[in-house]
Amino acid sequence: MGNKQTTFTDEQLEAYQDCTFFTRKEVLSLHSRFRELAPHLVPLDYTNNPDIRVPLTLIVTMPELKENPFRDRIVETFSEDGQGNLSFNDFVDMFSALCETSPRELKNIYAFKIYDYNRDNFICKEDLTKTLNKLTKGELTPEEVTLVCDKAIEEADLDGDSKLSFADFENMISKAPDFLSNFHIRI
Amino acid sequence: MSEGEMAQLMEEVEEKKKLIAIIRNKPWRMKRRLVLLREAQQFVDKFEGALGKGKGRKWYAYKVMMTKKWIKFQRDFENFRTACIPWERKIKEVESHFGSSVASYFIFLRWMYGMNLVLFGFTFGLVVIPEVLMGLPYGSIPRKTVPRPEQPTAQDYSVLMDFNGYCKYSVLFYGYYNDQRTIGLLKFRLPLSYLMVGIGTFGYSLMVVIRTMAKNADVGGGDGEEGEFTFAWKMFTSWDYLIGNAETADNKYASITTSFKESIVDEQENQKDENIHLRRFLRVLANFLITCSLGGSGYLIYFVVKRSQEFATRDDLSWYEKNELEIIMSLLGLVCPPLFETIAELEDYHPRIALKWQLGRIFALFLGNLYTFLFALFDEVNTKLLEEEGIKNASIWALKEYYANYSMMMNDSEATPPPMDPSDVIRGPCWETAVGIEFVKLTVSDIQVTYLTILIGDFARAVIVRFLNYCWCWDLEAGFPSYGEFDISGNVLGLVFNQGMIWMGAFFAPGLVGINVLRLLSSMYYQCWAVMATNVPHERVFKASKSNNFYMGLLLLILFLSLLPVVYTIMTLPPSFDCGPFSGKTKMFDVIMETIDLDLPAFMGTLFSYAANPGLIIPAVLLMVLAIYYLNSVSEAYQNSNMELKKKMQMARDEEKNRRNNTDSTNQVMKDLEDLLPNRSLAPPAPPEPEKKPEPEAKPTKTKPGAAGKGVNLQKDVALATPNPNARGPVRQPPGPRGPGPGPGPGQGRGRGRGPPPR
Repeated sequence: MGNKQTTFTDEQLEAYQDCTFFTRKEVLSLHSRFRELAPHLVPLDYTNNPDIRVPLTLIVTMPELKENPFRDRIVETFSEDGQGNLSFNDFVDMFSALCETSPRELKNIYAFKIYDYNRDNFICKEDLTKTLNKLTKGELTPEEVTLVCDKAIEEADLDGDSKLSFADFENMISKAPDFLSNFHIRI
Repeated sequence: MSEGEMAQLMEEVEEKKKLIAIIRNKPWRMKRRLVLLREAQQFVDKFEGALGKGKGRKWYAYKVMMTKKWIKFQRDFENFRTACIPWERKIKEVESHFGSSVASYFIFLRWMYGMNLVLFGFTFGLVVIPEVLMGLPYGSIPRKTVPRPEQPTAQDYSVLMDFNGYCKYSVLFYGYYNDQRTIGLLKFRLPLSYLMVGIGTFGYSLMVVIRTMAKNADVGGGDGEEGEFTFAWKMFTSWDYLIGNAETADNKYASITTSFKESIVDEQENQKDENIHLRRFLRVLANFLITCSLGGSGYLIYFVVKRSQEFATRDDLSWYEKNELEIIMSLLGLVCPPLFETIAELEDYHPRIALKWQLGRIFALFLGNLYTFLFALFDEVNTKLLEEEGIKNASIWALKEYYANYSMMMNDSEATPPPMDPSDVIRGPCWETAVGIEFVKLTVSDIQVTYLTILIGDFARAVIVRFLNYCWCWDLEAGFPSYGEFDISGNVLGLVFNQGMIWMGAFFAPGLVGINVLRLLSSMYYQCWAVMATNVPHERVFKASKSNNFYMGLLLLILFLSLLPVVYTIMTLPPSFDCGPFSGKTKMFDVIMETIDLDLPAFMGTLFSYAANPGLIIPAVLLMVLAIYYLNSVSEAYQNSNMELKKKMQMARDEEKNRRNNTDSTNQVMKDLEDLLPNRSLAPPAPPEPEKKPEPEAKPTKTKPGAAGKGVNLQKDVALATPNPNARGPVRQPPGPRGPGPGPGPGQGRGRGRGPPPR
């Protein structure tokens, strides 16, 4: 285990290993990926925790995210300011929550946050409409879109308020067979 | 510090430690996690020392230090292990181009490679290396030497390809090993080690498979019924986040759109069951046809094995006749699955169900073939055993004759004659080596057929479609034959059955595991290349089951089925008299008896004989049966309580809906209860009471009983995004400007056809 890197102190690396699902090597490779996005902005030396944020427009150029229809929402969810500017902590947090070893409960919560476009802690009809349009790239007619959204709410809504609270969403998604294998980004 | 304070402090320290262990599972911002982690660690460090005051302080401090060192060691080991995992980049590339389902095959392949590597380590380290280093060299004893009649051809390429000649009398096969009880300076007990490694192979495989199944079961999808949340699932779980390639993404958009349109159509039309009788008849017909073909293939294999026994007696065989058995078996495995798929068109099932039927039938085919092969093989073994008797006598006669000749030549009956030259001794048929050779030949031909199929079926097809397209009348890429899709289930089943053959054959041919390791290694690179260069992503993906445990379950079943023949051999069949590590014994497991008698202290022998007493074994078996019954009833009770909770949730939901719509309750129980209430119109008018409607609690707190108990405090923690900076209370912000309008249709100009595979 070479200790030759000077990006992080050992305590920082241990702390990252405790707080995420990554190993030491993965944290270091994440840092180099983060730096690649904006080499003039992101310093090599992170030992004193500089507060540098990489903007949304650069982050969504990553190959893992660039084809994802929800990339903007994903990055916004994990950013502290809600605008999609990620510090390194947020960056690591994002990939840790979406990695293979992340547990189902954690993924449920973040999935709910990602699909909640207006951030009111409910997935309402407008959120669903936006999700659907992103998924089908506008190929469905407006009537079809309305029908699908209504059906989805009808299926999952348990307390009858025509929007999905977290409990409704979790109840529905925990039974989905494909959720865990699809909601996963490998870095 | 008083006792109470100490106890409280200890509790707090434990709590902090627990927090540190699960902090990565909390849905908090990273900054908050880091801060809390540091606080918790400082707290623990500060007070853990303090707790150790008084008696037992040294021991406590020692324990704390050891725990810390252990955690550090575990973490370093995990880091090392993850760094050693091979092929991450390759799998990631496949994932980004083909999605998670195709990549799952390669992940499975990698897992198999790991398991086989460990088995190879055991076999090689504990059986092959000791024999090579400490055992007698080639040519010293009869079983290690090529017999004189075979020597002129022993080096021929064709003979070696058949695993005869020098191959047959090498460490690859059972017959090479000597039956000396201990060998070398270290007194290594080779026969015991051979037997233990053989059994340990199964034990280790069983452990690994069950452990992986248990891990997968935790993340299994639960038991939602098909069609319960169709639209919601399509909306939230259909996009594969692993996709990183633009063409694959376009494909995925198209397939999602199609899937939505289909569901909408299904929803709007009421599905009339047209002519259920015709459908039933067709299904029965299809099953009948398939059973016929399964029976036919079983008979074909039996016939071919019998023929190969005839061939064994002749010498002038063409290449085809020598390898007929392996060729037929591989061809059957190649031809029958598409045949089943075509017949299954008659059945008209939903694709997911059709896939399950298809997998079941392929499984039955492979199983039937394997077991027919095994039975035919056992017939052969019995013939060889009979032959052995005759040869035993013949070799004793030959030895006597040799001595008689020698003393005659030397005119001196006192001198001891030198031992007969090893290549001249008459050999027994050595059935174990013969069985080992069969398995090795089968594996090798399986490898060849797989590689050839990929080369011809995928690569040649892709080349033809690509280059002939320039001068062909119809669009080869969009219509027939187009590029191939990667057949996930066929490949996975092939892998599972290959592993079954390895498990069966490893006891008779220790080199087989090494061959398999090489096969899996080369397969990984070859198939990765093939999939990237010649395949296109699937149009519609249907997973065979809700979790990865389906294929693991198959693997487990095959493991048990391959265990049976080997255990039967060890327990019942007599080993050959002149080859292998168990020669000269009546049964193979006599080695264990010998070890217990000679090597272990006397009381262990009596202990084992007591343990093997039926009086002890039968109660043990009864106990296990009772345990199974108990666990079964406990799980049934859990299932019942689950159903009750679900019903309650459903009832509450219906109540809410009806209350909102101001209609009568449709729930019969509630209706009955309401009928029992006194009839208001008959009662005297009551004084008006202040309408005190309790303020309806904010919706989120009306979480249903089961939902909030998962260690996630909904109120506090599901507050990740900072409050919407533009919102004032619950008012939603006006829709922002839309992004660039819906782009041109996916993959313009390609329609249903797909473009060339990604380079």
